Order: sequence, then C-alpha cells, then structure tokens
Amino acid sequence: MADSKYLVGVFDDGDELLHAVEDIRHQGVKIHEAYTPFAVHGLDRALGYSFPRMGVAAFLFGLTGTCCALLLTFWTMGVDWPINIGGKNFFPFPTNVPIMFELTVLLAAFGMSFTFFFMEDMGPTAKPIIFDVRSTDDKFVVAIDLAKNKLSETEISKLLKESGASEVNVKEV
Amino acid sequence: MAHSTHEIPSTEERFEFKSETKRNLIIAALIGVAMVAIGSFLLSKGWSIGVWESHGGEHAAAGHEAAGHAEHGGEHGTTLFARIIANIWMNSVYFLGISVVGAFFIAYNYIAKAGWSSSIKRVAEAMPSFVIVPGVILIILMALPSTRHIVMHWTHDGIMDPASEHYDKIIAGKAWYLNLPFYFVRLIAYVVVWYFGWKTIRKYSLLEDEMGGLENYYKGRNASKLFMVFFAVTASTSAWDLSMVIDTHWFSTMFGWYHLASWHVAGLATMMLAILLLKDQGYLSIVNESHLHDLGKFIFGFSVFWTYVWFSQYLLIFYANLPEETIYFRERFTGFQGRYWWPFHISLLLNFLFPFLILMARNSKRRATFLKLGSVSVIIGHWFDFYQMHMPGIAKDQGGIGIIEWGTTLTFASLFIYFVANELSKANLYPKNHPFLEESMHHDI
Repeated sequence: MADSKYLVGVFDDGDELLHAVEDIRHQGVKIHEAYTPFAVHGLDRALGYSFPRMGVAAFLFGLTGTCCALLLTFWTMGVDWPINIGGKNFFPFPTNVPIMFELTVLLAAFGMSFTFFFMEDMGPTAKPIIFDVRSTDDKFVVAIDLAKNKLSETEISKLLKESGASEVNVKEV
Repeated sequence: MAHSTHEIPSTEERFEFKSETKRNLIIAALIGVAMVAIGSFLLSKGWSIGVWESHGGEHAAAGHEAAGHAEHGGEHGTTLFARIIANIWMNSVYFLGISVVGAFFIAYNYIAKAGWSSSIKRVAEAMPSFVIVPGVILIILMALPSTRHIVMHWTHDGIMDPASEHYDKIIAGKAWYLNLPFYFVRLIAYVVVWYFGWKTIRKYSLLEDEMGGLENYYKGRNASKLFMVFFAVTASTSAWDLSMVIDTHWFSTMFGWYHLASWHVAGLATMMLAILLLKDQGYLSIVNESHLHDLGKFIFGFSVFWTYVWFSQYLLIFYANLPEETIYFRERFTGFQGRYWWPFHISLLLNFLFPFLILMARNSKRRATFLKLGSVSVIIGHWFDFYQMHMPGIAKDQGGIGIIEWGTTLTFASLFIYFVANELSKANLYPKNHPFLEESMHHDI
C-alpha cells in the first residue's frame, strides 16, 4: 500500500466538530472522513454527503423478491405440479400473497445489508484504519488526506487549530 | 441546518377561526343536509344520479338470493330510509374513529415519551372534541326502535325468543353479549370515557401552558396510561359493536384490529392534512420537514398495517372456505347485483396501492404535495372501507353512491372541521411549556 499521510484533527465536542467541518470545507479543504462516538446531527450535510439511494436499491431488491415468489408459486403450484386444495383454482392469487410478501421482505433485507457492506467496504476482509482510538470514546475526529489537498500541512493544521481542534496529529498509513 | 436551529422561534401562535370560515362551514353542513333531502326525493321519484344505485326497491327480491340471513331482514324490506340511516351510521362511526384517534395519538406519544410529536400535539389534541357529536348520534340511532331495527338485525322482536317465528338460534346464542341494556352500557361508556379521557389529558396539557413545570406533564402521562388501558379494550369491542354486529351471524377474530387500523390510519391522514393546511396558512412554523417525514412514515406504515390485517382476515376466510364466513365477502362481491364490488376494490386501491407507491420514497414523505395526495387518498379510501363494512348489512339492495352519500359526508366533514378548528383556536398552537418542545423544534432526521 502506498503510504499516504493524513492529518487528524481531534475535537472535544460534537458541535465544535460540526462547525469546524463547515469552516474548513468552506476554506476549500477536502475532508477524508469524520469519526464520532455517536451520531452528530447535520454532520452528513456538513460533510457534503448526498443522501444515499439505498431506498432505490431496497425497492428493486424487493420487486425482485415479489416477482421471484410469483414465478415460483406459479410454476410449482400452477404448472409443474398442480394440486387440488379444497376445490380451489390451481393458482389462486390470495394464497400466493404471503409468499410474495415474505420473499419481498427477505430479498429487500438481504439485498440492502449486502449492498451496504459492499458499498461501505465493510466485508470480512476489510482492514479499518483507526485514526484515533479515542473516537470510540469521547473524542470527535476529522481525518484529512494531505495528498488530496492543495493546501500545505501547516496551513491545514493552522485552520484546524483555529476552528477549535484540541490537538492535530499526523497519521501515516 | 445546525446553525439556524439555535435561534428558537416564537412559540406563541394562535389559530384564528374566522367568523367567515365558521359561516361557510355551517352553510356547507346545511348544503349536505339539503343534498340528502334532494337525493332522497329524486330517488323516491325513481331518478338516479349516483352510481350503483337502483330505483326504489325494484330489485328487492333479487338481492336476497345472495344475502345469507336476509330471511329476517327481507320481511321488513329495505327502503330508502334504510339507506339514509346507513349513511348516518357509517359516517358517525368513521368520524368517531378519526376523532378518537387524536386522543389515541396523544396517549401513545405520552407513554412512549416521544419528543418529536410535541410540536404537532395540539392538532391531534383538538380532534377528539368531535367525539361527542357522532357519539350522541349513534346513541340516538340505537335508542329509537325504528332506526335501531334498520341498523341492528339482532334487535328485532322475538329473534331471541324460541316461541317466536322470527327465532334465530345463532343470534339467540349471542344474547349474553348482544342485549340492549349491555349494548347501551358499552356504547355510552365508549363515548363518555373516550370524550372525558381526552378532556382530562387536554386539561393537563392546557394547565401546562399556564403553569409550566413538569407536574402536569406527569399527570397527563398518567391519564394517557389509563386512557390507553381503556382504549386497548374498547377499540376492539367498539369495532364489534359498531360494525361487526351489523352482519350478526358473521364474526371475525381479526375484526378489532382491522377496524382500529382503519380508524388509526384515517385519523393520522386527517392530522397530516390539517397540519399541512395550517402550514399553508402560515401557522405551525416550527413543524419542519422532519416532523412531516415522521408523520408520513406513520401513515405509510399503518396503511400497510391495515392491508396486512385486512388481508390476514380475508386469507383465512378464503382458505377455510366455510359458507357461514364466506357469505360476508360474497355479499360484497356478487351480492345485491354486485353493487358493492367497486367500493370494496376501490378501498384496496386507495388504502394500499396508491399510498404505498406514492409515500414509499423518502423525498415524497418530505414534500407537502405528495403527503397531501397520500392523505386524501387514505381518507377517501377508508371512507370506502367503512362504506363496504356497513352498507351491505344495513342498506342491502338500496345501497349506492349518490347525492345522499355525498351530502351526509359533507355534513359530517363540515361539522368535524368546525369542531376541530374551534378547539384549535382555544389554545396556543404549541404546548409552549411542554418539556419536549425544545427537542421537537430541533427534530432532524
């Protein structure tokens, strides 16, 4: 792995981090990612993230489930091996609804989970980069990839300090 | 945005119920009454403007072949009067539900210690003020023998008397529950306890505005718990008493859920529509996209829940295929010349398919246009739901959708809006000393 150098700003408070993120992004600094011990409201917007279109994926996975279920029941009950149950039609629609419902939920749930793991690089082999272990305890951390920024290390460090960072560390990965 | 939420907006906001609006609502209610009169007159002359209507008892005999227990109802014959009574009964039950769901909403939000809903609390709080009107109408309809015989088949004379020619063994077996004294106790208990339960919660909420502090919040929460215990039972029993016993022979163990789900989602949609209309007039500035999103999720979720319960009930009956159970759906599909087929299926379309698709996406739950479409669809859809619950049993072969239906609904809706708007204007639009109001202002999802 090519060595990359990150600048890690450590904040004591979620609000400070939020405003710092807004400020330094305003100065044209590109932020790699922010790490917080709990969800900070508005941080996703401050970081400029667009809303994930997971819902679209879920809908498509669900639709796949519905169609698969319909196909499955239609083929097994209606075509391949029709069984007379209570004198009903071989392919009565209402009896298929529970199966359609179940497969819709199943495929939507699995599909969403796996999409999420894939998109967020959270698979079993993924190696997380811990910028600062205290971000799981009481510190709010923002990581900046120096290679992707035009500003120099000292300039960004100064910006971070100005916007309230209690310490600024350098982390080489 | 994070910065702007630190500026706390004014929580002093009062809804002004203009005398002009009052006058218009009263006129609308009167127009509704006039429409019922005109519609009845036209029908009695044999002129039909509505759909699925038949002329004055022409098909009276034909309708009975599908109606399982028509042998008793048939003797009395269903008349135009039955259709009017059916309309009043149906709209009373529907609007009673929409109203009481306001108290239900407040109660479960208190019990869950939900913070987000406190900014829209007053809208829900105003709704149950209407409980008393349909409640009293239902009691009157049951108190008068001429109307109660039309609505409730089991109240006919001699139906529980083995010596009588009208004796019906199945109905007689239900006499321990379906007898007039006990029925009146229940019916009056629903109306009174729901109304005064809401009054108590409301009283503490209004006291909180004046006094501040947490005392009234805790009292309101305790009142909510008591209300909820009572409502948990009565939501089911009222479903049986107001809707299920109309088809006296038939019963479904899912009916309580189904009925409550129908009431609940219609009530939530009404709440949403009221909030959006208030926002359009410049009120409720604290209510932001996130509140609408949460309430939209409620509507979406409970419209699916309604479908789930409805379908569970349907599927069991479909699977078992027992004649005494399937008659209920047969009456709605092919019975009475198939006149209830359309209302039945429209209800599914408007209550499930349309809101399901239109409110599914996140962005549509945050936009007033989509929410309005969804809410209106749910409100109309559940009107059809109650229509198909009540009409086949009461109006039988006289059912239809015409001027009478529009008129009755217009009257009830105008009165409902009048009562709710009046109650809304009595207090600040925000519970300004509510402990969670601050949290609700910053609600962000």
